[in-house]
This record gives sequence, C-alpha cells and structure tokens, in this order.
Amino acid sequence: MYPIILLSVFGVVTLFLGFSKSKNILLPSTLLFLAIALGSNFVDWGKGPFLYFYDMLRVDNLTLAFNGIVLISAFMIVAISGGFQDNADAEPAEYYGLMLFSLVGAIMMIGFDHLIMLFIGVEILSVAMYVLTGSNKRNLRSNEAALKYFLMGAFATGFMLFGMTLLYGATGSFQLVAIQGFTSNMSAASQSYIFYAGLLLLLIGMLFKVSAAPFHFWTPDVYEGAPTIFTTFMSTIVKTAGFAALFRLLNHTFAIYNFWWIVIAAIAVLTLLVGNIGATSQNSFKRMLAYSGISHAGYLLIALTALSKPTQNAIIFYSLAYSLSTIAAFGVLMLVSKEKTIEGQPNERYEAFNGLAKQNPLLAFVLAVSMLSLAGIPLTAGFWGKFFIFTSAAERGIMWITVIAVLMSTVGIYYYFRVIISSYFREGDTVKIRVAPFYQIILVLATFLTILFGLAPGIFEKLI
Amino acid sequence: MLTLLLILLPIAAGVITLLAGERMAKQLALVGGLASLGVAVFTWLQFDPAAGSQFGFKYAWLASGGISFAAGIDGISMLLVLLTTFLTPLIILSAFKNEYKNPAAFYSLILFMEAALIGVFTATDAFLFYLFFEAALIPVYFLAAIWGGENRIKVTFKFFIYTIFGSLFMFVALVYLYYQTPGTHTSEIAAFYQLQLSPAAQGYVFWAFFIAFAIKMPLFPFHTWQPDTYTESPTAATMLLSGIMLKMGVYGLIRLLLPIVPLGMEQWGFLAMILSVIGIIYGSIIAIQQSDMKTLIAYSSFAHVGLMAAGVFSSSLNGLQGALIQMLAHGINVIGLFFIVDIIYSRTKTRYLDQLGGITQSTPHLSVYFMVLLLGSVALPLTNGFVGEFLLLSSVFQYKGWLGAVAGLTIILGSVYMLRLFQKSMFGPKSKWVEGFQDLTASERAVLLPLIVMVFWIGIYPSTFLKITEPAVSQLLQLVNN
Repeated sequence: MYPIILLSVFGVVTLFLGFSKSKNILLPSTLLFLAIALGSNFVDWGKGPFLYFYDMLRVDNLTLAFNGIVLISAFMIVAISGGFQDNADAEPAEYYGLMLFSLVGAIMMIGFDHLIMLFIGVEILSVAMYVLTGSNKRNLRSNEAALKYFLMGAFATGFMLFGMTLLYGATGSFQLVAIQGFTSNMSAASQSYIFYAGLLLLLIGMLFKVSAAPFHFWTPDVYEGAPTIFTTFMSTIVKTAGFAALFRLLNHTFAIYNFWWIVIAAIAVLTLLVGNIGATSQNSFKRMLAYSGISHAGYLLIALTALSKPTQNAIIFYSLAYSLSTIAAFGVLMLVSKEKTIEGQPNERYEAFNGLAKQNPLLAFVLAVSMLSLAGIPLTAGFWGKFFIFTSAAERGIMWITVIAVLMSTVGIYYYFRVIISSYFREGDTVKIRVAPFYQIILVLATFLTILFGLAPGIFEKLI
Repeated sequence: MLTLLLILLPIAAGVITLLAGERMAKQLALVGGLASLGVAVFTWLQFDPAAGSQFGFKYAWLASGGISFAAGIDGISMLLVLLTTFLTPLIILSAFKNEYKNPAAFYSLILFMEAALIGVFTATDAFLFYLFFEAALIPVYFLAAIWGGENRIKVTFKFFIYTIFGSLFMFVALVYLYYQTPGTHTSEIAAFYQLQLSPAAQGYVFWAFFIAFAIKMPLFPFHTWQPDTYTESPTAATMLLSGIMLKMGVYGLIRLLLPIVPLGMEQWGFLAMILSVIGIIYGSIIAIQQSDMKTLIAYSSFAHVGLMAAGVFSSSLNGLQGALIQMLAHGINVIGLFFIVDIIYSRTKTRYLDQLGGITQSTPHLSVYFMVLLLGSVALPLTNGFVGEFLLLSSVFQYKGWLGAVAGLTIILGSVYMLRLFQKSMFGPKSKWVEGFQDLTASERAVLLPLIVMVFWIGIYPSTFLKITEPAVSQLLQLVNN
C-alpha cells in the first residue's frame, strides 16, 4: 500500500528533477526513493492481511515478500545503471521515472484481489516496459524490439481482457474471493464452460508476460534489442510480478485443480524444452540469457503445477535466487560488452568473455557464481530454488515432471558453463576492465547473497 | 565434533593457502593435508568399531523440513576418511616437482576437494550427502580444466555434464524418498532405511541411484568420460579422481543403494552384476591395447572398479568387505602408478610405451617402487591387491559360479597389461627418449615410500583395516536381509 503511493509520487518528482541542470542528482535520489519504498513496504509486516481500495488490493506477508524481492531487484538494477552518463542521447529522468511507475504496476499485480486491479497493474508495468525497450532511439534493434513487444503485448492484453469478461459473465464478480466461491460450488453437473474459457484466456495473457512457451516468441528478440539495463529489469521484475499474480490466481481457483493442472503442466514441460534447447544454440550471451529466462519460467511453472504446501516458498525463493543471479550476470555483461566492441556495437557474444579471469578476477568470479546458481549447482541459492520446486512437485506426487526438469537442468549446464569456460579457460586479450566502486559493491552483494542462501537456506525460511 | 573438524580443517587450510599467495602455497597446503591426516588418525585411535556412528554432529539446516546438517563416522566412513586424508598429502607432495601457474589456487582446490570428499563419506543426512557429492565435482573440474592437457576443455566439459546428469537422478530419488518418510518428513539416511517401498518404486529408485553411481565410478557402459578425463587432467587431479573420487560411487552403492532398495536389488541386481563383470573384462582388454601409459592405467582402474561393484552387488559380507579393502588398496596403487607415470613423463616428455624402454638400467629405486606397486595392482599374495580381489572374487563366485569364473579372468588379464606396461617402459634397449634418466629424488621417494609401506601392511596384516569395517558391514547386511 505505502509503496504504491510513495512510488507514484516519487515518479512524478523524478520527472521534475529532470528539469534541473545537474543530472548527477537523479541516480542518488532514485536510489533514495527506492530505499524509502522498500522500508515502507515492511511496515505492515506480520500485521495483515489488509484490504485496500474497495477490497481491490490485498496486503499480506506473501504480497510483502514479493514486493520486497521486486524492490530489492529494482534497487540493484538502478544502482548498476550508473546514471546513463556515458550516453549523450539518454534521458535519465524519464527512464528512472518510468522505472518507478512500472514498479507501481508490479506491486499492483502482486497484491491484486480484483481482476481490474490485475489488469491495471499489468498495463502500467507493460506500457512502461514498451517505452523503455525502445529507449535507445537511434538503434534499429531497439526500435524493432519495442514494436514487437508492443504488438505482441497488445494481443496478449486483448486475450486477458476477453478472459476477464468471460469470468465476470460466469461469476458475476471481479473479486477473487467471489471467483473462489464460484469454483468451490461448481459441481460436476454445473460445469461452466464460460468460466473455463475465461480462465484459460486470462492464463494465456499472463503466461505471455512471463514468457512461457508457446507464448515466448517475443522474448529473445526483445531481450536482445532492448538496452541491457532494461532487459535486466524485464527479466527479473516482470517475471517475479507475473508469477506472483499467477500464483494468486491459481491459488484461488484451486477447487478446479483437476481442470487446469494438466494445462499448466503441459506448458511447463514445453517451456522447459523450448527454453533449454533454444539456449544451447545461441552465440550471444544476452540471447542465451533470454532463453534461460524462458527455461526458468518453466521451473517456476512446475511449482505452480503442483501447487502444494511448499509452492509458495518455492516461488518466493526461486524468484529471489533467479533475480540475484540474473542481475549479476547482466551486470557483468554490461561491463564486458562495453569494453569490447565489434564495429562500434557492444560485443555480447561468448567470445567477449575470453580471458576474463585474468582481466578482472572479481568479475569472473561473480559471473561464475551467478552461472552456477542459474544452473542449480549446490552451494548456491539456485540449488535450493530447484530443491523447493522439486519438493513441491513431489508433495503432489508428480514425479515424472521432475524427471523432465532434471534432464533439462543437464542441458542447462551445457550453456551456462560455456561462459565459465570462456572466462576461465580460454585466452583473451589484455584489456583491463574498470569497474566503478559502487557497481562493484552491488555485484559483490548479489554474489554474497547467492552463496549465503546456498549455504544456509534456513535464514530465508526464518524470514518468511 | 571430530567429524566437523575433519570437514572444516581442509576448508580452512584451503582458504589460508589461497590467501597466502604463491610463495608459501605448497608448504601451507602440505601442512594442511598433514594436519587433517593427524586428526583422522587421532579419530581412528578413539574409534570403536562396534559402536556405530560416532563423533557426530547435527545442526538444523532447514528446520521445518526436517533437513539437518548432520554427519558422523561409522566403520565404513572411518576407512574412507583414512584413505582420503592419507592420500591427499601425498597428492600435494607429488605435485611439488611440477611448476604450476597460480599454485595458490591449485593447492587450495585440492584441499577443498578433500573437504568435500570427507563430507560425502561422513554425511548422515541424505541431502547433505548429495550436496557434498556435487560439490566435490567443482574443484576437480577446475583443476582439470585449468591445468590439464591440450584437449582439456572439451574433455572436462563432457566429464562434468556426464556426472551431473547422473547425480541429478539421484537427487530426484532422494526427494522422492524424503516424501515417503512418515510425519513431517526427514532426510536422515537412517530413516530412509526404514521405508517400506513397493517393489515397483524400489525398481525406479534403484535405477536412479544406479545411474548416478555407475557414472561416477564408472561402470560399463557409462565409462566413456573416464579415460579421456584421466589422460587430459594434470596428474594431481587424475589422482584425486581415480584414487578417491571413484570411491564415492562405490560408497554410494553401499550406503544408499543396497540398504534402501533391497527389493530393487533383487529385481535388477543380476543385470547390474552382469554390467560390472562386462566392465572388468572390457576394461582389461582395452588396457592391453593401450600405448599411452596414463590411459592404460585409467582402463585398469575401470576394470578394478567393476570388480568392486560386482562385490557390492553380491550383497554378501565377503563382497562388501572385499570392496572396502579393495577401495583402500586400489587408491594406494593407482596413485602410486599415476605418480610413476608422471615421473617418467616429466623426464622423457613422453608417455608412449613405444618410445620408452630401458629405464631400469639407470634407476634401481624407481624400478623397485614401480614393481611393488604393480604387483600390488595385479594382486600378488602378500600385497594389498590380493586380499581385496580374493574376497571379491569369492563373493562373485558364491553369487553365480560361472560369473565368478568370468570375473576371475581379471587376474590373468591384469597381469598381462600390467607386466606389458612394465616391460615396455622399463626393460629392453634404451630408447633415445630416456637418455640421461635420473633416479628418484628424495621428495619423490617421500611420496612413494608411504605407499609401499601400505601395500605391504594391507597385504600382510589386512585385519587392521577389515576389523574397522566389519561390524558396520554386518549391521548393514542385516538391514538388507530383513
């Protein structure tokens, strides 16, 4: 609740700060705003649940935990954006303003208790992301990405709205509670096909946002074309918020689990296959991370397929582990690709990382830990993320899906290790890569947390 | 608490080695390795074989899930901890003569590896076992991929993916077993022993475990990563892989597969046995054809581990005791042999048997050490290999007479490839590669001498070691037979 109000106000303030001559003030002020929002988020911790805005928004510990992940990720991403000072064309005030606004959307998605709130949240988040994707105005790729994302996103939104309409028609309400009541009273005789159709269409719209297959086609191109900092934003915050919303929606329609579980299971398996197999054939590290993002959506969908007791923790922990590693990976990519250019463009291929261990041992280590975590190797947070996912499937008794996930994890090791191999075992040139101290702190923090949660997942359990 | 010390000491030594920098790295690592050996021997002196798991610790790890950070030492663990701590300082010492780039990282990785291995051998919680099982892979992967030979990147990559692939199946099996435990679930290995699973479920779990451990050891037909990896790795990593890490697989069979899925064993044990025996013969025959010394020993190791697995699958006292004592003996012999190959390679710059010959003429010490290790490896009576192979073959023979006869060929084939190795490299006319070959230096002898002592100790008086494991093994078999 507080973060929504604060972030909206701060967003407007940030836009006005853009009028001042000195652009140096924008980065620290945005970080301050995010820190305040993060602090205000936890004021309600343990007190809820509260309902706001005519019962449209629910604030409970689950909401706050997801908000926390989103805000911490946003803080780290803004911190490594470095104020866009090396780019003369950039409009930092607008970027930061849009990022703050989009967070409002994300928080609405996380806490929605009413389908209209979900819709508003998705739109606020998406529209900001369309703009940010195309923010590199003079770059053709960036323009292409924005257009693609917008057109596809508009379609998905259409499906979503249509689905909501049907749900309203079937249940007579947009309230999640009413929908839950409707599903639990639905007997075999009175199956409502309008309701089923509405739910499926709504799911399609949301699965598009989290880039699950077969609604993933936009992902690689958009991730590659967008400026890396916004790709990071998209791959962490949009995904976390999307899964929080999906979890909430499916949780409230649990009464018809038998209807939707097979749909989600099929999409989970397809997403795992597409993401992992697609990632193996990429030459660009950034594009590989896009496919890896798809595959992680697949793992999270397994937890949703099961929807058992550990699922909630699994999704929270996995989102956190995934966000930390992804931010670290993209952070290193930004530094490295800037130093090594091909024809004036940043080099985002695997070869750019050759010899990184010699050029900058710290960056190589950060990158290696984030790759190990994404691959789910023990001693990193990613391992426990997978552990919780698999336990939620085992609790529901769906072992076959974990076997597929395990096979795909092996494929994952193949492409995650390619970059470790490049940075540690291959010879590269002797360019020294400079890292600003603040940037370094964020990267080290992400790595430290990844290892800490890998060694002692119990810490996290105590927090929730 | 001694167990915790055994796990943490190498980690601490590794960190110190890493921070101390290049000049002191070797010495610090050696001191760390010896300190661990000291603690292990001290533990052994306090150890009571009949008392079950001892010196344990248990901390809540994921408290709500019943998953704990727990380890302890019983007879089987004790033997393998002794093996690990005995071999690690020797591996460190054997690397002294080579100049490695970035030695601090090199030696600290060896120590991290030691910690992970001790963790595997002592864990009493299934997920902790899994954690160490995987974690052991990372240091050795980096050792092999940074300091290895020409094709190292490709070969070690295959090795890594292959072994992770296997262990992930074990992970699924462990998650499944964890959910079968009553109440709020627990992941204690001892609780898994009490599970009453249906035969079908046991069959699935059997295969999940089997694939994981068969890849690790490796057993036929999961061995294709092994010869290349052994050949391309730096000798220290090869020693870690063959001397100790391979034992993780056999240990896993004994600790998890046998007692958790006895019915699975009944259904599929025969097939596993056949695969093991095929591996023995297949590995031996390929070893006979090899001309690269390192590859030859790699295949011989493949053949030996097949016999160990066959002993375990016979699920008899002789088989298990034989496998355990053979793990010890094999670790000692194979490390000695790889070290001798490394000595020859560092002086002649070749490992090919065709290019070698006539080394005995100038090297009385090397010849004797080499011969003793080799005889241990072909299981001559009074050497360490004999005790294990005798027990193992007798267990396979009791299981199925004709299988025992086929497996028994290992003795003949083993002498063929080993004696060929010795003859081609050491005897005959002196080749141009071995001109000016120096005999062993003092530090090389310091590595080989303890190994030779152990060859005879185990060969002449094996009951020192057999009696450590016997109560634990019979207890385990009781579990299996109920």
